[in-house]
Amino acid sequence: MERRPKILLADDDPDLLALYGDILTQLPSRPEVQTATTGVRTLAMLESETFQLLICDLRMPKMDGLQVLAIVRRKYPQMRTVALTAELDEQLRSRAYALGVDLFWYKPGTDQETRMFMACIESLLGRESEGGFRGVQSKSLMDIIQLECISQSSSVLRISNGPRTGKIWILSGELLDAEAGDLRGEAALYKILSWKGGGFETLPAEPDQPRTIFKSYNALLLESAQALDESRGAVMPEERSAAPVSPLTQLSQVEGLEFVLTMKGGPGGEQVARGLENPERMGEWARQSLERFRSLEDRLGAGPLEQIEGFGLQRHITLASQDETDFCVGWKPSLTQDQVREMMKKVLALWAF
Amino acid sequence: MGLLKIFSKPAPALLRLPSGSFTVDRKGTVLTSTLPSSFPGSLVKEISRHVRAAFSEAAAAQLPLTELVINYPSLKITARELRGGVIIYLAPRITGLPMSQS
Repeated sequence: MERRPKILLADDDPDLLALYGDILTQLPSRPEVQTATTGVRTLAMLESETFQLLICDLRMPKMDGLQVLAIVRRKYPQMRTVALTAELDEQLRSRAYALGVDLFWYKPGTDQETRMFMACIESLLGRESEGGFRGVQSKSLMDIIQLECISQSSSVLRISNGPRTGKIWILSGELLDAEAGDLRGEAALYKILSWKGGGFETLPAEPDQPRTIFKSYNALLLESAQALDESRGAVMPEERSAAPVSPLTQLSQVEGLEFVLTMKGGPGGEQVARGLENPERMGEWARQSLERFRSLEDRLGAGPLEQIEGFGLQRHITLASQDETDFCVGWKPSLTQDQVREMMKKVLALWAF
Repeated sequence: MGLLKIFSKPAPALLRLPSGSFTVDRKGTVLTSTLPSSFPGSLVKEISRHVRAAFSEAAAAQLPLTELVINYPSLKITARELRGGVIIYLAPRITGLPMSQS
């Protein structure tokens, strides 16, 4: 028997819930629709059952939709999420996408808008969610980029990996630009290609996007594949150099960097430092600071903490996270704030390999 | 489907990310604020508590800082130390958005 997809619909208005519930059950995939009238109830239902899709109104009392979506994106990164609102507000839209929602939609008010909304929901339900990149089954992201380039396509690929999103601009079969967090160009492309799974969607081409990538797609994909192989230890032993350069050594060569400290996992996780006399105290401060400001994420609904920068007369410092590793990087005080930001992008790009 | 328009509701206000600044003294008392009154005071206090703790713990770790910048995708918090107190600026950010709704 064919399995019906399950949708959880969250809105504090019971009339709207009933109405949307009726409409959604008429979708071709015949989804099973369940409803919740509060954010707390929504989270409780997600704990007890598996849903393919959450449609969440943003305006709800006590715990608003952004807070719910922030928690859901972190706890259930594979779940499709749709933010629904009646407010025409660019800040809300920006914040919802920053949280990693799949779709942000103004509440439909006309037949045409409703039809478009239903088509999008059906499309989200139809996307394969198990393994690989959702949207095209059994294809890696490299395959998808190659297909786009070989067919001389012009498009923007929006790739999501849990709360992280990236974009790749393709124009007439050539890679034009890429963006992943603060990274741009080749560094962003390598970062996106290092993600092991997620979802993607094709957006209309943006031919006016400034060009930051000048290498051929073949060369870039090859370099990326080699870097990934090496990071997985796929290089044969005889091919390894006699004295391999440790990742921290590589990072410590970045201009203006005074020290680097990496921390794995939660408190008590492995801690490795280079160029730091007292890594324990610094590590403790870094962990506590990251924890403090992460604890504000859900209340602010401003998306996941990206970076903390500290500036002082003796040294500057950056705290960031990547691939489940927390970084605490110290910089020479002679660097400007902009230089610190640029250099930190380099550090994270190097670490991506 | 114009029927849906009938169901407009007097919904609770959604927490908006504010643009403005506030100052706190060394005890954490908010002295001045240009933040809208709709922004919860409890959240202002929580932000200032975390910021002051980050400054003081950094000094204890022999890393005296004069400025902290906390970056979220939709909000930038900038804090500057003021002789034991702190001035904190909140600035919402509109990030790059998809061209269409999908």
